Amino acid sequence: MKTAPAQRIKNFRFKHFFAVLAARNIEFFRDRAALAWNILFPVLIVAGFAFAFSTDKIDLYKVGVYGAQTADKKQQSGFLATEHIQFIPITDLQPALVRLERHQLDMLFDPEQKRYWINEESPRGYLLERILRGTAAQTEFSKQSVTGKAIRYVDWLIPGILAMNMMFSALFGIGYVIVRYRKNGVLKRLKATPLSALEFLTAQIASRLWLIMAITTFVFAGTNLFVDFAMFGSWLDLFIIFTLGTISMISLGLLIAARLSSEELAAGLLNLISWPMIFLSGVWFSLEGSPPVIQQLAQLLPLTHLVDGARAIMIDGANLIDIAPQLGVLTLMSLLFTAVGAASFRWE
Amino acid sequence: MPPLLQIQDLVKHYKDVQAVRGVSFTVERGSCFGLLGPNGAGKTTTVEMLEGITAATSGEIIYQGLPLGDRFRYEAGIMFQTTALQDFITVRETVKLFQRLYDKTLPVEELVERCALHEFLDRDTRKLSGGQRQRLLLALALINDPEILFLDEPTTGLDPQARRNFWELVHGIKKQGKTVILTTHYMEEAYELCDKIIIMDHGKIIAEGTPQQLLAQHFSDVVAILPTTELANRELPMPVIKNGDSCEIITHDVDQTIQQLIDAGVSLAHLRIRERTLDDLFLQLTGKELRT
Repeated sequence: MKTAPAQRIKNFRFKHFFAVLAARNIEFFRDRAALAWNILFPVLIVAGFAFAFSTDKIDLYKVGVYGAQTADKKQQSGFLATEHIQFIPITDLQPALVRLERHQLDMLFDPEQKRYWINEESPRGYLLERILRGTAAQTEFSKQSVTGKAIRYVDWLIPGILAMNMMFSALFGIGYVIVRYRKNGVLKRLKATPLSALEFLTAQIASRLWLIMAITTFVFAGTNLFVDFAMFGSWLDLFIIFTLGTISMISLGLLIAARLSSEELAAGLLNLISWPMIFLSGVWFSLEGSPPVIQQLAQLLPLTHLVDGARAIMIDGANLIDIAPQLGVLTLMSLLFTAVGAASFRWE
Repeated sequence: MPPLLQIQDLVKHYKDVQAVRGVSFTVERGSCFGLLGPNGAGKTTTVEMLEGITAATSGEIIYQGLPLGDRFRYEAGIMFQTTALQDFITVRETVKLFQRLYDKTLPVEELVERCALHEFLDRDTRKLSGGQRQRLLLALALINDPEILFLDEPTTGLDPQARRNFWELVHGIKKQGKTVILTTHYMEEAYELCDKIIIMDHGKIIAEGTPQQLLAQHFSDVVAILPTTELANRELPMPVIKNGDSCEIITHDVDQTIQQLIDAGVSLAHLRIRERTLDDLFLQLTGKELRT
């Protein structure tokens, strides 16, 4: 009874989709322990980090180096060889100046044109200027200034925290449920009906998606009343990138759960995927200046693109065109994970 | 009219297990067809191939003159041996969920009536008793008013009363002219419900026919049963099979056997005579107890 993929899409019945969606939603809302945890966990994590970091700023000295400069201090001399300063290669001047205005960079340095920029409101900029002058002739570099309000660490952190919470809810919420359904025979019973794998899986995605978006919106809006997060972009754009990011992560959860019938193995695989994402996707610290291999590896993770896109909207005021690369990658990942998940899906 | 199902040389191999080794049989419309055998005989694998749940390694399954296709899912009703239902939804909601997966369905009221679901219709499916659960699973199998109904060991684990109640439901379904395929390892269940049976062991059919035909073919004797204590330390002129607290004497001539027992001074106060059963047949065919 094998059916070609195109035929499966053509045979898609929304009646089946909505039947499974409704049943799954009822199950979720009646499972009070799971419901409480799904609301409580994001509240704790978002509110906890928001209040803990609401007054702190990023505590690293960061200097953007404009032009084809290497970040390897061993090959440098003078200012660029200074220890305890993170030198970040910059190829585009304008966005870097915006980041300097927002105190995300402490200095922007252009060794070829013999110039540098600092934010007059930033004490870190002042200190770095003193260091620069101490390591070079006083007249060698010309100073230029910008001004702008500082972005708190919490403003930088919150898109990552929200995305990380969505990732946990998507991966574990969907992965465990499917594996449990398979293990206890719920899926086998559904297999004996005209329900298709695609109808079942898309209903699971839809059910989890709206739950995550509703809970995240509620938690974020509530926390924002107290912390007043920086928001330079559009709320709608932020909602779109979070929606797409959540779909990609739910699809990844479905892919992992496509064939497993052991909850222990599923937990192991979900942890194996989620923990590297937490550390390599730039949730807690910027990956700028980290080894190229780490940066390349991070590009394979959906959380990286979600965090980058959300952060660009909130902090840099980016619009959907600006974050088209992230939207494109997340769309591709969602389609790929869903297609492979549906094709390899096993009811038993 | 051709048979509803024709099975030809069906084989199923798993990695290192030959679960079904070439079985062939036909199922007539409106009949109740039984697959009997001990655990591991291959009957569930055979049925799951017929249901389209498991792919056959080789062989042919013809349903209404054509190979099994997608339409079979709309026309078959299936009650698996072990099935969980979605948690946290009621019996009524479960029935409605399954109704929405089919085009042609029976009304909820009819299913409730036919499977006696009234008393627990709004109960969470996790809180059903064994018998109630089986009645709900039967209702789900009947939801699309199927041409053919598969019941895989439907009364395993039920108490005798619940089992009798379930048999009554199946009798009702048979009266409506539905075809039923039943797997069981309860011989009395097969005898009660089935028009034709096959007995399977080690993935093969070892006997086939109506229950009455099979018993008549293999047995012309009856079994006399006496408490073991009555026969202790007595010399008897016939072989005696000890079976725990009771002993069995297989005889073609009951009168003569009774006379021999009286002559030997055996009290007949607790004597019972029973006819041969499908359990005896299975033991004779395979040398094994059916429910081991």
